[in-house]
Amino acid sequence: MELKVIGQSEDNTAESGCSASGCGGSSDQLSHLPDHIRDKVHNHPCYSEEAHHHFARMHVAVAPACNIQCHYCNRKYDCANESRPGVVSELLTPDQAVKKVMAVAANIPQMTVLGIAGPGDPLANPERTFETFRQLTEKAPDIKLCVSTNGLSLPDQVEELCKHNIDHVTITINCVDPDVGAKIYPWIFWNNRRIKGRKGAQILIEQQQKGLKMLTDRGILVKVNSVMIPGVNDQHLEEVSKVVKEKGAFLHNVMPLIAEAEHGTFYGVMGQRGPTHDELQTLQDKCAGDMNMMRHCRQCRADAVGMLGEDRGDEFTMDKVEVMDVDYEQAMIKRADYQAEIEAKREAQKKSANETFIPLTALTTKKKETRPVLMAVATSGGGVINQHFGHAKEFLIYEASMTDVRFIGHRKVDLYCSGGDTCGDAETTLQKTIRLLEGCEAVLCSKIGYEPWEVLEESGIQPNGEHAMEPIEEAVAKVYAEMAESGQLEQQRQADQLQAGA
Amino acid sequence: MAYEIIESCVNCWACEPLCPSDAIFEARPHFKIDAKKCTECEGDHVDPQCVSICPIEGAILNPFSEPANPPGSLTGIPPERMEEVMAEIQSR
Repeated sequence: MELKVIGQSEDNTAESGCSASGCGGSSDQLSHLPDHIRDKVHNHPCYSEEAHHHFARMHVAVAPACNIQCHYCNRKYDCANESRPGVVSELLTPDQAVKKVMAVAANIPQMTVLGIAGPGDPLANPERTFETFRQLTEKAPDIKLCVSTNGLSLPDQVEELCKHNIDHVTITINCVDPDVGAKIYPWIFWNNRRIKGRKGAQILIEQQQKGLKMLTDRGILVKVNSVMIPGVNDQHLEEVSKVVKEKGAFLHNVMPLIAEAEHGTFYGVMGQRGPTHDELQTLQDKCAGDMNMMRHCRQCRADAVGMLGEDRGDEFTMDKVEVMDVDYEQAMIKRADYQAEIEAKREAQKKSANETFIPLTALTTKKKETRPVLMAVATSGGGVINQHFGHAKEFLIYEASMTDVRFIGHRKVDLYCSGGDTCGDAETTLQKTIRLLEGCEAVLCSKIGYEPWEVLEESGIQPNGEHAMEPIEEAVAKVYAEMAESGQLEQQRQADQLQAGA
Repeated sequence: MAYEIIESCVNCWACEPLCPSDAIFEARPHFKIDAKKCTECEGDHVDPQCVSICPIEGAILNPFSEPANPPGSLTGIPPERMEEVMAEIQSR
């Protein structure tokens, strides 16, 4: 295609007001950030949506203790079948953690980041956490270090954090109002006492805000995580977003509450529901404003290993790590080469996107307003459509509209541990997947079987295997253009059309 | 008189560094309190420290062998509700 993007050259993307990832010039949501921040996050899978297609991370579970209780957390953290934060299979000492990091880094060349995220609060275990960081700074200098915290003891630890070359910190901030906080945090441990209710929540909030300010004043990048809890803080999170942005957080990650009775958490047992995909997306859009929102978080375990959305922890249990022979110097060279190759590929992808990207407006007649469409994509990484429909453990969801293509989230096929079948009578995997893809009108994958093809079509989701190995956003734009051309998008999607299989 | 850690302890390490008498130690299958060393924090703190940070209801017994943090006191989940939900899950 010779069509070039009009007014979307590298130079003016940042000011064009186009926040979408499919807008030619930059395929990253971080394009509005200053260069020094982009440099820091451009290969960080948790901070850069574009990077998460290419790079891997790991968490080491060295921090079991916690100093607060959250209603979405159950401190019995040893279930191997669950995939959610705060859950781990094997607690590690700092020495074991360092061994594991080096083994993983030697075997997974995409790995760029090591985080400590629990299973308790890393800063409530300062000795174990900082000993791990200290050793890694020395032995694995090419790995980025980051940490996440509830913020309660953050102000006391900022100085120590600065010593360890940690330039990324995540604070979980669910509220800035103690009345809301009292419904989320039953107690905190503070100055040698357990403090319950509103008073505890107020102290926590003050400490979080203080810690946030201290970090940003020192130039440390801060991401804020918030758990969206319908009826508790959903109305309040817009305010949170505003406040943390003013204090200098560079990224806000609103995540859905995970609550099942089987998890034994307060919310799970009391029947508190999580948000629907729609509710989450609506809130993320509202919070966005001029702040960068993160939508690709996989809410991974405190011992996750690999690319986001995959967990290769089983390959690196301590008994396996102990017998691995790791030549770290060699591995570091190999990793640097591998990552340079990825970078070259990313650059090439961006460049070719610039050359071939078709402005959608050019393909639709001006008179006709076409509505936005959600599409699901099966990918195993690399930023391209390269996964068989039946192999997909998750789908990335993109919204295509007349003006752009934007990434809005992911949906997991096999969602978390459930002690039994909570999804109704003998629902097949395919039916579950179709329910999961609710709202999507097309699914793009490398290949798909005949049977699922038919069933998807009957459900009003058009399977598409024609864009295998193509960059995701380009393919989504092409499919949207085809749909627009065929006149499918001039009216609202009709429920009766769906039933008729239209 | 002393506090005691029992089998529902999840070995989270939270209590160990807080003990003013160094009475808590790592052990298998769970942490333990040396009854000879435990002072119930008298003279050091208003509240017993292990009891005040322990996240697991029932994991620490007081000197009268009663749960220092009884069911529902930390999570806020009414014990009847917990029983009801657990019975429902098991019957699936």
